[in-house]
Amino acid sequence: MNISSKKNSSLLGSRRLLLVVPLIFLGLFYFYPLLKIFLLSFFPEGVWDKGEIVRLLTSTSVLKTVWFTCWQAALSTFLTLIVALPGAYIYAHYRFPGKRLVQILTTIPFVLPTVVVATAFRALLGHGGLVNTLAIKYFGFSQPPIALEQTIYFFLLAHVFYNYALVLRIVGSFWAGLAPELNHAASLLGASPWTTFRKITLPLLLPAIGSAALLVFIFCFTSFGVILILGGPGYATLEVEIYRQAVHLFNLPMAATLSIIQILINFLLMWIHAALSEKSNLSWFGSGRSGILKPVKSTLEKFYVGSHLLFVLGLLLAPMLALIVRSFLSDSGWTFDFYNALLQPLTNSIFYVPPVTAILNSIGFALATMTLALLLGLSASSYLALSTNQGKAFWDAIIMLPLATSAVTLGFGYIITLNKPPLNLRDSVFLVILAHTLVAFPFVVRSLLPAIRQIPHSLREAATLLGASPKQIRWTIDFPLLRPAILVGAIFAFAISMGEFGASSFVTRPQTPTMPVAIFRFLSQPGEMNYGQAMAMSTILMVVTATAFLFLEKLPSRFGER
Amino acid sequence: MLKALQIFVLFGFSLLFFSTSGFAVETITLMTHDSFNISKEVLQQFEATNKVKVRFLKTGDAGAALIQAILSKNNPLADVFFGVDNTFLSRALKADIFIPYASPLLVDIPAKLKLDQSNRLLPADYGDVCLNIDRNWFKHNNLTPPTDLADLIKPEYRGLTVVENPATSSPGMAFLLATIGRFGEEGYLDFWKQLRANRVLVANSWNDAYYGNFTAASKGDRPIVVSYASSPAATVFYSKELLDQAPTAAVLGHYSAFRQIEFVGILKGTKKQQLAEKLVDFILSRPFQEDIPLQMFVFPANQQAKLPAVFIKYAQVAEAPAQVPPEAIEAHRQQWLEEWTDVVLR
Repeated sequence: MNISSKKNSSLLGSRRLLLVVPLIFLGLFYFYPLLKIFLLSFFPEGVWDKGEIVRLLTSTSVLKTVWFTCWQAALSTFLTLIVALPGAYIYAHYRFPGKRLVQILTTIPFVLPTVVVATAFRALLGHGGLVNTLAIKYFGFSQPPIALEQTIYFFLLAHVFYNYALVLRIVGSFWAGLAPELNHAASLLGASPWTTFRKITLPLLLPAIGSAALLVFIFCFTSFGVILILGGPGYATLEVEIYRQAVHLFNLPMAATLSIIQILINFLLMWIHAALSEKSNLSWFGSGRSGILKPVKSTLEKFYVGSHLLFVLGLLLAPMLALIVRSFLSDSGWTFDFYNALLQPLTNSIFYVPPVTAILNSIGFALATMTLALLLGLSASSYLALSTNQGKAFWDAIIMLPLATSAVTLGFGYIITLNKPPLNLRDSVFLVILAHTLVAFPFVVRSLLPAIRQIPHSLREAATLLGASPKQIRWTIDFPLLRPAILVGAIFAFAISMGEFGASSFVTRPQTPTMPVAIFRFLSQPGEMNYGQAMAMSTILMVVTATAFLFLEKLPSRFGER
Repeated sequence: MLKALQIFVLFGFSLLFFSTSGFAVETITLMTHDSFNISKEVLQQFEATNKVKVRFLKTGDAGAALIQAILSKNNPLADVFFGVDNTFLSRALKADIFIPYASPLLVDIPAKLKLDQSNRLLPADYGDVCLNIDRNWFKHNNLTPPTDLADLIKPEYRGLTVVENPATSSPGMAFLLATIGRFGEEGYLDFWKQLRANRVLVANSWNDAYYGNFTAASKGDRPIVVSYASSPAATVFYSKELLDQAPTAAVLGHYSAFRQIEFVGILKGTKKQQLAEKLVDFILSRPFQEDIPLQMFVFPANQQAKLPAVFIKYAQVAEAPAQVPPEAIEAHRQQWLEEWTDVVLR
């Protein structure tokens, strides 16, 4: 114990440095724009109408909006956990043919633009969708039996669709890394599987579950497109309301107030989570990665795995298949015309985006975001896991703030702050990367932190005793053990950029369109060709993402497996 | 592998850097909304004549673009702004972000489009927001399509209409203003009450209403949608098979449509005023104006501009659109939105 505390205190200087770089990044590109837009909103000409804000704040509709936002996010998180935790178990313990493919396929929804997802769900479950049509045709219903339009079920379903992969990957990869010795010891001592799970596995698993659940909650809390389209005008989250107040009503004070409420609620949650996960810092020195995946043998196991896969494939793949089908199917039969039209534009618009350009732009941004997010995320999570300072939970929550901030607010902040050299970035492509990284690097932190905390100090101490330098420890012990978590962080950083989350939807884009932007353009004009091209481009987005994931997943094997 | 990745990323970064660093050509920046479009040849005409490169900034929908222009007024993002529409006219003028410019081409533009007498904002195009109906559906179900706003509350059109939420959609707002123009500030809420009783569906955005619920564009179940008077022409232009009849039609009865006029203006604080004036002249000139219909599916403001065939055949404008003065819109927008939300959604 003495050795480690001395080590820590002597390294304290350099440890703090790990936090400084991410903080500078946050300071420049998050706090500074945010503060300025808040100041502008509340004191436009130095005058402030306090009474108006108080009236609006205590109006029942605002309170109802806050309440709705909270409970739908909580319910969505709960449902996602229920669906995805069994999946995490399967992925952590079994191997079966097609496992990697299914894992990739279930992560693709994450990058799909909401408009596209809404279309896919409608094509499947809407009033005239596939399921209803089949039901009427083959089961003799007179009315479409499924009526999900503009109900909460629709967007709850969409939330699960989007976030399944989050829980699956974060919890799954962590679970796979849990050493099995404790479980074996428990069963030797006579514990039933259920007791073993309850008393040993679950406590060890809690950090990962907590991380994943927090991310899902924040995503659902700040949900904008999903609620707007699938929920309809009857439902509004804070994010929707902020957008309306800022853009349609130009009521900046109100928008800023709602923004602050959103940030405060989430900050509180993130702080509590950070404090709790610090306390539950359990690490067990076992044989490291369990690495042994069982094949699916017994009938019960087959039934369990099979039924889960079937359910997941139904929920997640069917809508995507509906999209792909729609890209080849027109009113007059099967056709390649929509794909051809992507290559040869129908109009000579200067904004015509050759698909290859859109693909390259998307990938370029995504790679840049992934790199930057990994660097910042590794820095920050190393500090948070290894430093012995008090008050780390506070910094943990601060880092997560960009996820919980309204995209409109931040976007407007950029307009009024990043307009002078050396930060004259508001109409530059770099801003897109920065906006993506703001959302992506908290992700990396959430993925890495449980994993780093799990590595026992004794391992490092042993290495130091044997003469290893800190650098050697980092490269030969930490990195290999963290590889799965780094991969998860990298994949999601990539996916976040491909899917254009957060403030990037409000960042101006001088002629470097990406696939989601191109898709949205097609869906803003009537005509079968526009619709078909939107579907075709969505299919291309899915294929490109899947390929990229496959490539990323294969990378670790190049480093030489143990 | 890692090295290769690093090199690739560095390369990518340097590419991005080079793409944003300007070359020695002079540039002028046009800030606009996401629906702006122009063909390459037309743009090249301007660029070649003036030896300049035009840089476009697309900044969201019309409302978002305007707000960003207002927010950045101390340090404007661009030289010229295209896309202020008449529902935001008062807001734009009050923010005082435009310089007056009396373009010589204003003589070709009809007086009723010139809503800003001080010429800080000049009319560039216009279009009508109105109901669109699915002709095949109505024929198939032996029903006469509605010809006027007041028809929508009749029992035979029960559950057939989808409109957009004016709080979140620009055509939705325009349609609300049409009802205010048609039935007056006292009567419009009654109309909406009855429309709600007649089971109208409210969608949050145009593409949600059109591609999600309109029978002619998807497997929806509503044959009446709020869209644009030029949408039938777009449907024909973008159809997969050659059509000789538009599958949809616009409802353009008296005071049943709302005219949206789009304006262009020179931003205060521009350092290239002369070039900006030339760009505005170009936007109001025939080559650009004649390019507008097939690029943006609205009508050119310049009376001398010739319309393409598909427009002459399939697109119309209302003879008597509903009118609501821009100052009234800016003053009462929030109140009307709250009243509408109370009556229709709560």
